[in-house]
Amino acid sequence: MAEFLDMGKHAVFIWTAYGFSAAALVVLALRSRASQKASEEQVAAARARRKGDN
Amino acid sequence: MHRFANPAQFNRLADAVMPWAMVATVLLFGAGLYYALAGSPPDYQQGESVRVMYVHVPAAWMGMFVYVVMAVASFAALAWRHPLALLAGKAAAPIGATFTALALITGALWGKPMWGTYWVWDGRLTSVLVQFFLYLGYMALWKSMEDEEKAGNAASILALVGLVNIPIIKFSVDWWSTLHQPASVMRLDGPTIDGAMLVPLFLMAAAYQVYFTVVFIWRMKFEINNRKLSVMRSVDMGH
Repeated sequence: MAEFLDMGKHAVFIWTAYGFSAAALVVLALRSRASQKASEEQVAAARARRKGDN
Repeated sequence: MHRFANPAQFNRLADAVMPWAMVATVLLFGAGLYYALAGSPPDYQQGESVRVMYVHVPAAWMGMFVYVVMAVASFAALAWRHPLALLAGKAAAPIGATFTALALITGALWGKPMWGTYWVWDGRLTSVLVQFFLYLGYMALWKSMEDEEKAGNAASILALVGLVNIPIIKFSVDWWSTLHQPASVMRLDGPTIDGAMLVPLFLMAAAYQVYFTVVFIWRMKFEINNRKLSVMRSVDMGH
């Protein structure tokens, strides 16, 4: 494991590249999922309101 | 194509694909990261730094792939007034912009130890930066106009015009002298990279591809719901 994590003299560049990639992809996925869920609820609420009006 | 013009049909297809795409994303990232960080050898010239390739090249490929998706969707939106195609372009753009930004950032982090510089204004790096600005321009045009239809038209036209940049990115390393290495996978005579490095590269590329599918579906559903809400609002205001 120690050998696996030992990335030599350029380790900081390698881990920064992986860190940026992971952070950006995770944040994009979580935000996309959250706004999709919120929009799902808004549509359901709007439908319920319309039913109540009729 | 027009079978998917119906949001209900899109949602049915998306719901069928989603669980598989999510499982594939987790498995491919797991296997890809294992081979990228541990299960593949260091390069005889680049040493461990070659491992940046496994996050850099898939991001660069996907930045271009998503751009083509966005441009094809924009064409369908302009040519056939296809409402879902318009939303597909809008849903894809932030994902493509993220991939392109990651290609630029990881490229800089690879360039510094290998070339001695984070950045050069050569054909490859500049054309990828142009692609990033095309994505930002597309997203800005959507937000710039009150009238959704006009905004969508303007954004779609920009996406189509910007398509000319894709072959420039691809062939930039052949046309102009550069620090960037030439194509070593997508070559007519086959890859020039050792198989031990192609395994993590293809696993990570596949992981990025299925990741895109998952996030794209979420963003499509979000755009479809927003469209539904604005239709409902305008109907209610008509009363």
